[in-house]
Parts: sequence; C-alpha cells; structure tokens
Amino acid sequence: MDLTYGPRYESFRDELRAFLAEHAERAPRGGVGVSAGAAGEALRQWQALLIEHGYAARTIPKEYGGYGAEPDILERVIIDEELNAAGVSRGVGGQGPEMLVPTLLEHGSEEQKQRHIGPTVRGEEVWCQGYSEPGSGSDLASVQTRAVEDGSDFLITGQKIWTSTADVSDMMFGLIRTEPEAKKHAGLSYVLIPMDTPGIDVRPLVTMTGQAEFNEVFFNDARVPQANVVGKRGEGWAIANTTLRHERNMLASSAVLDGTLRSLITLMGEERVNGERPLDSPVLRDRLMSLQSRVTALKYHQLRMLTAQLQGRPPGVAGLVTKLAGCEVSHQLNGLGIDALGELGTLYDDSKHLRAGGRWQSQHMFTLGLIIGGGTAQIQKNIISERGLGMPREPKPAKA
Amino acid sequence: MDFALSEEQELLAQSLRRFLEEDCPVTRVRELVADEPGSDGGVWKALCELGIAGLLVPEEHGGSGLGMLDAAIAAESLAWGVCPGPFLASAVMAPIALAEAGTPEQQKRLLPALATGSLRIAVAATELVSKRGEAGVEVRDGRLHGTTLLVLDAFGADLFLVPTDGGAGLALVEAGAAGLVQTGLPTVDRTRGFAELVFDGVAVSEWVGAEGGAAAATRRMLDAGRVVLAADALGASERALELAVAYALQRKQFDRVIGSFQAVKHLCAEMAAELEPARSLVWYAAHAFDHEPDEASLMAAHAKALLSEVGPFVVRTATEVHGGIGFTDEQNLHYWFKRVGVDRQLLGAPEVLHEEAARLQGLVD
Repeated sequence: MDLTYGPRYESFRDELRAFLAEHAERAPRGGVGVSAGAAGEALRQWQALLIEHGYAARTIPKEYGGYGAEPDILERVIIDEELNAAGVSRGVGGQGPEMLVPTLLEHGSEEQKQRHIGPTVRGEEVWCQGYSEPGSGSDLASVQTRAVEDGSDFLITGQKIWTSTADVSDMMFGLIRTEPEAKKHAGLSYVLIPMDTPGIDVRPLVTMTGQAEFNEVFFNDARVPQANVVGKRGEGWAIANTTLRHERNMLASSAVLDGTLRSLITLMGEERVNGERPLDSPVLRDRLMSLQSRVTALKYHQLRMLTAQLQGRPPGVAGLVTKLAGCEVSHQLNGLGIDALGELGTLYDDSKHLRAGGRWQSQHMFTLGLIIGGGTAQIQKNIISERGLGMPREPKPAKA
Repeated sequence: MDFALSEEQELLAQSLRRFLEEDCPVTRVRELVADEPGSDGGVWKALCELGIAGLLVPEEHGGSGLGMLDAAIAAESLAWGVCPGPFLASAVMAPIALAEAGTPEQQKRLLPALATGSLRIAVAATELVSKRGEAGVEVRDGRLHGTTLLVLDAFGADLFLVPTDGGAGLALVEAGAAGLVQTGLPTVDRTRGFAELVFDGVAVSEWVGAEGGAAAATRRMLDAGRVVLAADALGASERALELAVAYALQRKQFDRVIGSFQAVKHLCAEMAAELEPARSLVWYAAHAFDHEPDEASLMAAHAKALLSEVGPFVVRTATEVHGGIGFTDEQNLHYWFKRVGVDRQLLGAPEVLHEEAARLQGLVD
C-alpha cells in the first residue's frame, strides 16, 4: 500500500498548478457545466484553453479535437483534484462528453467520430440521453419508441422521459426500436437524433423539488437518416450498456459527498438554537460522526476501486456497491442538514430566513431522485446479488 | 498509488483461512470453548508457529516486523474462523505498548517471548474507555489497588498489562501475584476469555515506560486495539455473509432455492453494500496507524465505529437469511453473531467513538 503518486505525477501536478496560477482567475467557477445558455461562451473559451494544455479531452485523439494523450487514470485524478481545489470549472461536462464520446470512440463510424466528437468536447454540440420511457424504467430494454423505415431515413414515433438537458440540447443519443420483429433486446438501435428535427417536442418535467431538472421528449414521425445509427442495427442494447455503468459511478462521487459533509459541519457550527450550536447536541453530533465514518469509507473505497482499475484487476462485488451506498449516504447527509436547522429546515423558495438557498431541502429531494435514477436501488441490489454474489435471477412467471 | 493488499497480504489471509478450515473449523472451536471461554487447545500454539503472534514484533526481536495492515488482515482471517486465542492483547496491544514505551532491555526480553507465543500478555483496557462505579486501578506506595473489568484475552495469560491512574502509567503484573484475584467473566462470545482483576496492594513486576508517564503509549495501544477489533468484526461479518449466500443457494422452499427470491437476494446485496466500503476504511485506518500519525486516532475511532454498526447489521441479516435453522445452537452461525456483538462493545461502542471522533476534530470541547 502506497498512497503517494510518485515524482512523475507530482511534476505533472506542479505543471497544472502553474497553469492554474496563471489562468484560474479568468475561469468559470466550480464543477462541470453544460455549454448552453448565457454562461456557454465563457465555458467554451475555458474548455478550449483546458484542451490546448491537455487538461480536458486529454485522451481524445487529436484528429477528433482532443489533446491526444495516452489514457492514464492518475493524471485524470490529479486534474480533477487540482481543478476542484482551485474552485474552477472542470470544463464542459454532461452526457455528451461523458457518455456519448466514449461510446462513439468505441462503436462509431469514422464519419460519426469526425462529425460529432470535436464539437461535443469543445462544447459546441450539446447532447441529451434518450433511454427511459414512461413504460420502460427499470425494464429499459422494453422501450417502445419506434423507427419505421422510409427510404434511407427512419420516421421515429414515441416518447422519452427523464431527459436531462433536452431543452438545451442540439442532439440526442437514444435507444430506439428499429427491428419490431426481433426479440426484445435485439430490436434496439443506438440512434443519433438532431433535436431540431420537425416532429420533436420537448416539454419540461417538474420534479418534487419544484425545478424542471428533466424533460419529456415526444416524437411524431421525426425524420432521421438511417446512417445515424451507431454500430449495427439491433446492437443498441449492448452499445448503451458500455456507458451505463460509468454513469452509475458518476452519480455517487466521493468528492461530492465530501463537499456536502464539509458544508454540513459548517452549518452545524454556525447555527444557534437556544443559544447552542447543532454540534452541541449529542444526538445530532452522533449522527454527523456516523455519516462522516461512511463518507470516509467511501472515499477510500473509491481509491481501492481506482487501484483495481490501475492494476487491471476485476474489483468483484466491491465494484458494484458504490452507487447504492453513495446515494444513500448523500440523501442522509442532506436530511441531517434539515434536522440541524430544526423548524427553519422547512423553509423553501425565496423565504425569509432561508439558509443556503434552500439547498438542504432541494438536495434532500434531489438525492432521493438519485437513489431511483440510473438504476434504482432495487435494480442495484439485483446486480450486486447476481453479478457480485453469484445468486440466480428471479425466474420469470409462467405465461398465463 | 496503490491502495490494495500486497500479494503477501493476500497470501497471509488465504493461508490462515486454509489452516483454520482444516485444523480449527467451528465444530472444533465449539468443543474447545465448551468448558472455558477463550480456551484454544493447541490452536494458538500452532498459529504462533505460523508466525501470527510475531507479526508486529520487529525482526531483531524474532518477529516479522510487519505493520498494522498485516495485523488487521490476520485479525480478519482469525475472526472469519471465529478462532480463539489472544491475538488482540498478546500479539497487537502488548507489543505496540512495548515498542512505544518499553526500554531496550524490556523489548529484548519480552518481545521474543511474545513472538514465539511462550509468553501471553493480557491487557486491562476497559477503564480507558468506560469506568463502572469504583473500577480503575491506582498506584499507592508503589503498589496497585482497585478493580478492572473485562480484561482482554485473560485466559491463559502469564502477565497482565494494566493501565494505571486513568492510563497515565502501564504496569506489568504477574498472573497469580500476591493480592491479585482473577475471576473469569463469561461473555456471550465464548471464543474469547475475559476476566475481572481485583488488586489489593499488588506488586508491579515492572513498568512499561516511566511510572505515570506512558499516556502516549497507552493511546497507541488503544488505537491499535480499535483497528484490530474493527478488522475482527469485518472478518466475522464477511464469513456470516458467505454462509448466508451458500445457505440461500441450497435451501429450497416453494420448489426454488430461496436465493432466487429477490426478498432474500436483496438482504444479501445489502450486506455486501455495507461491508465493502467498511473494508476499505479498515484498510485505511490500519495504514494510517503506521503512516499518518495525525489521522491515526480519528481513523481508528471511525473504523471501529463503522464496523460496530455494519457488523451487527450483517450478522443479524445473515441469521435471518438462514431462517429458523440460523437461530439454533446446532447450526453454529451464532458464534459469528456473538463474536461481532462483543467486538461492538469493546474499547468503545459507536456512540463513545463518535464522541471521541468529534473531540479529536475539535468539533466539541
């Protein structure tokens, strides 16, 4: 066990720090962003500078608009650490760079790669993911949105739901039923769909938080070239699955948990109820420390998974539990934030006396959404028990 | 960057488990401890021959000179087999105290004997964490007076390592010394032998560190004990999960193995989802003990607290997966249940450790 990075990586870190010392002042703040709306231009400029120096799109080949470095997990980790520590944006994120681009690199045609990867990593083309449907949640492979051949095109009809950023996206990558005669999983194709196609209608989906974090997307004979299928027709399920697990791990990043924990400790030290801090309550303090032990465990768990990846060793059951465990802890941290505020924990919207913009309530609800989204907790438990512990699938009920 | 076990550490875990499976399965443990808790027959001697007692003892004193992570791996494997034997006190806490505060002469004399297992030292650590009534041992006119409860690994001990005056000093006392009364205290976990010691003017055979000047060594010994108890709960829980999955794959009801019902699978998944991140924390706490002095005490407290929460959840859930048979004496599953239950209470249950974690970070006075 050795938790140091070694001289080669430390000099990589030093170069990055020098870069940040020079440029951080003009950088957009925090996290990753989707390059849309008013903030889009500043983010795209920052992204261009990051790519030029190899701190974004680092391993994307040069001919597709990336920096062209060999994949190196520790470099990736150091970039994230340093940009986070400096409080600056990690550049253009979202489902385009994080899910579509790796998929195209693996399965896309040369023409698709040339056309989409560069604009996507530069933030010029914004993507949304069209997987879930009202009737196809956990049983994703049952999607019904269908494509009917019409000359060299498809006419797409149906409905997608839970589509983040559909309202600002230029393109969608979606799972569409192109082979109605084929069996369930074999009937799907992975299709790239321009969002300005006539016949596509995007409507905001307001969640329990009061915000429209998602959209519904309706298709009515939307005409898309058949050439927009990634890989072969009927291979969509396998292609979509190459990036789904990636999303599950993104949903429970330990850096986010750590940030929430730190905000919670600050909150519990600053508020005063009956002249005492929430930290002075033994009960609240006990809950805080219990959660801190879990956040700390997940931090080192992530390091353990990173090591397994570095050493090319299968992580086994330990690699399957991150989403389930992380989302639960995240929800509980935000719940404790509400409890630490007592009655004032109920305030919302633009209420007088509101704390931190109402984030403890909104995040408490949003993290419940994370427990459900990206594979519900119950689907995660099926995956853990079947793939991790070798237990059998629930047998299908006999057809009546 | 390498946050993983080394090949040697994985080999240590495998060879220990193989040894326990062959030479000391739970059926044998059951016979060994039937008459007296903590009684290990020749098992501890055999483990000492494998080098288990000397893992933490420096090579110059006849040990392997390994670190706390190696000790945690060993503890995990021993608990996996609900193995009796004084690993916690005699192979971890006592050698740490001697390494921290012992004189070169004491180290040269005592550590080799600990490493071979010819010497067993029990540790009276309970009052470092919680004092009942008048419990506690104090020094008056150079002699020990008072009572200590639940002395760790008291069965078969040759010497007792006794924190005095709230942990200021560390006294070594001979078993059977004049004025010392030892009474076995059976707990729910018969794989370990605890005792009460009553001191009535007992002579100190020697001090570890200066008389009244061993607080730092006592702290290290306590942290080491917590890391190893966390590892113990981890290993016992891990085995309980393995047994539950194996049982669910062979037990049939409604014409199906019960492991094909999601109600049962999800219980097993929940156990794994609790255990695996907790394992990562045990590794880090052990690593921090040797390499991150500023974090060592906090991480030991967090690891012990988390495993004290996760462990009991896993063993009770594993028992539920077994259904009625898991509740029987004959099935032997309760040996793991009880081992974890005792791990949870020793050297601080979660609420005690959480309070200490908050204090260590200055969150509370």
